[in-house]
Amino acid sequence: MEMETPLTMNIRPGRRPPDIAAYEKNGGYRAVRKALKGMAPAEVTGAVKDAGLKGRGGAGFDAGQKWSFVPMGEDAPHPKYLVVNADEMEPGAFKDRLLLEGDPHQLVEGAILAAYAVQAEVAFVFLRWEYRLAARQLKQAVAEAYSRGLLGRNIIGSGFSLDLYLHISGGRYICGEETGLLNAIEGKRANPRSKPPYPQTSGLWGKPTVVNNVETICNIPHIVNNGAGWFKGLSRSAEGGTKIYGASGRVRSPGAWELPMGTTLKEVLEEHAGGMQEGYSLRGLLPGGASTDFLTPAHLDVKMDFGSVEAAGSRLGTGTIIVLDDRSCPVGMVLNLERFFARESCGWCTPCWGGLQFIVQLLGDIEAGRGRMEDIDMLASLAGMLAPGHTYCALAPGAAEPLASALRFFREDFERHVHQKRCPWKHA
Amino acid sequence: MEIEAAMAPYPVRQAAAIDALRIVQRHQGWVSDEAIAELSKLLEMPIAELDGTASFYNLIFRRPVGRHVILACDSVSCWLMDSKKLMSHIAGCLGVDPGRTTADGRFTLLPVVCLGACDRAPAMMIDEDLHTNVDPDRIGEILDKYE
Ligand SMILES: Cc1cc2nc3c(=O)[nH]c(=O)nc-3n(C[C@H](O)[C@H](O)[C@H](O)COP(=O)(O)O)c2cc1C
Ligand code: SF4
Ligand code: FES
Repeated sequence: MEMETPLTMNIRPGRRPPDIAAYEKNGGYRAVRKALKGMAPAEVTGAVKDAGLKGRGGAGFDAGQKWSFVPMGEDAPHPKYLVVNADEMEPGAFKDRLLLEGDPHQLVEGAILAAYAVQAEVAFVFLRWEYRLAARQLKQAVAEAYSRGLLGRNIIGSGFSLDLYLHISGGRYICGEETGLLNAIEGKRANPRSKPPYPQTSGLWGKPTVVNNVETICNIPHIVNNGAGWFKGLSRSAEGGTKIYGASGRVRSPGAWELPMGTTLKEVLEEHAGGMQEGYSLRGLLPGGASTDFLTPAHLDVKMDFGSVEAAGSRLGTGTIIVLDDRSCPVGMVLNLERFFARESCGWCTPCWGGLQFIVQLLGDIEAGRGRMEDIDMLASLAGMLAPGHTYCALAPGAAEPLASALRFFREDFERHVHQKRCPWKHA
Repeated sequence: MEIEAAMAPYPVRQAAAIDALRIVQRHQGWVSDEAIAELSKLLEMPIAELDGTASFYNLIFRRPVGRHVILACDSVSCWLMDSKKLMSHIAGCLGVDPGRTTADGRFTLLPVVCLGACDRAPAMMIDEDLHTNVDPDRIGEILDKYE
């Protein structure tokens, strides 16, 4: 049987995305008709819960469960909000771009369904400015949906109303953190908020708000149409569905592919990314973007699902793999990553802001051949200070992951820099 | 007018701050102190707060920029594909360091976070155009297209 690829079935490289007529011809907006006319909001949430859909934004939080925290019924505060997180600024991640550019109606349909499930009357798509093509295509899709009565007042005569707006970001990685994102929409600096309260009860302007990733939302129409059993059957692991995986770095064919959840690292890298480029071999990899722990060639049989990657000592994150080859310096790579985190820290928590500045300085010294052995141990203890629980948001723990794991797997490379007083890769 | 329209989705005027700043920037190239003062009245928020918001976001320019803005990715996947060489070639071609504007006011070169085009690294944007798999040795040809 041919592998099912529900999220990308309408996506053809180099071709324009389907307009509303083509999208509907392929079964599009059927799920909206089914749900708004025939299902109670709680049934939609129930279907998503049964499917076990884990959030695709990086943390893997159960989507149906998240929705079930939203106050429902007559007494619930209004308006409620749905926010689609289309910020995608995690270095190494480019999967949401594929969905946004390739099939914008799928996202609009998913947003209508998610909003219906939690009875939100306003939805925002928070899109990074740099995704210009996606912005044009989304605007077009939203306009088409309004003109067909799929957005706005009394959608297809169901009595449910929803307005959907595009918010184009002013830039900065921290906007992708869900509470930073809420501040950004409110026109403030995008500092994360202290939690609790969580957005589901107190989000935009203090009202109940659900934030979900683009890929999460794109799964909803298919779950509503086909049910939890079908969704689970797509996967090769305990976690349901397909996943958009990607690979970048010195592989033969970098790209993004929709594959069964639980596809192994090896299959993604060898069969889809085509293996390493001629003259390069695999040293290590970040399985899901910049803020995940390194894995090594010894981990190639690990299944790419949230549970399995965690058991291997890292995180699935965004599922877009960054490949470190043997001709690039691991210390240089970690320096690049930590510079990024230091620059993007919002500065609210001392361990994050100050710690990252210090980490960058130490790494810079080691990379330039001015490092000392004790700097390596200092880096390890600084990474420990960024661990979860010490800061308001997950940027700092995310920054610690590639650093701590690099010190574990590539310690001899750090030591060589110190002993040789230079970067062995630069003058080799 | 345009700014009033941008307020429609929101329950409070301040929420349109980023849209409003971008509208000003589209017309004037950047956002001056005078523009901040003007906008703060329209958005009904204190000048200092709007200034704080504006300076937080890296795509809102609080200083004049060139006619064309180059956003060159300096994140990890591009780094693995030799973006350092690309950055130094661009800087060499323009005769300015990253972060600066050329003397003739034609280009501003800004290093930025991952552009979400990591499978086509190295990547950069010039104005609204995305350039991927950029060959550092052919950077001159690309720049020539932007007068
Ligand atoms: C620093 C930081 C940046 C983030 N950036 C994004 C992002 O660009 N896109 C995204 O969907 N989630 C991002 N997240 C995760 C969000 O906070 C949030 O968990 C997610 O949008 C929830 O959606 P999901 O449950 O559907 O995965 C980021 C988190 C942190 C800490
Ligand atoms: S961890 Fe860093 S980015 Fe997150 S709130 Fe604290 S200072 Fe800001
Ligand atoms: S790292 Fe350069 S585009 Fe992603």
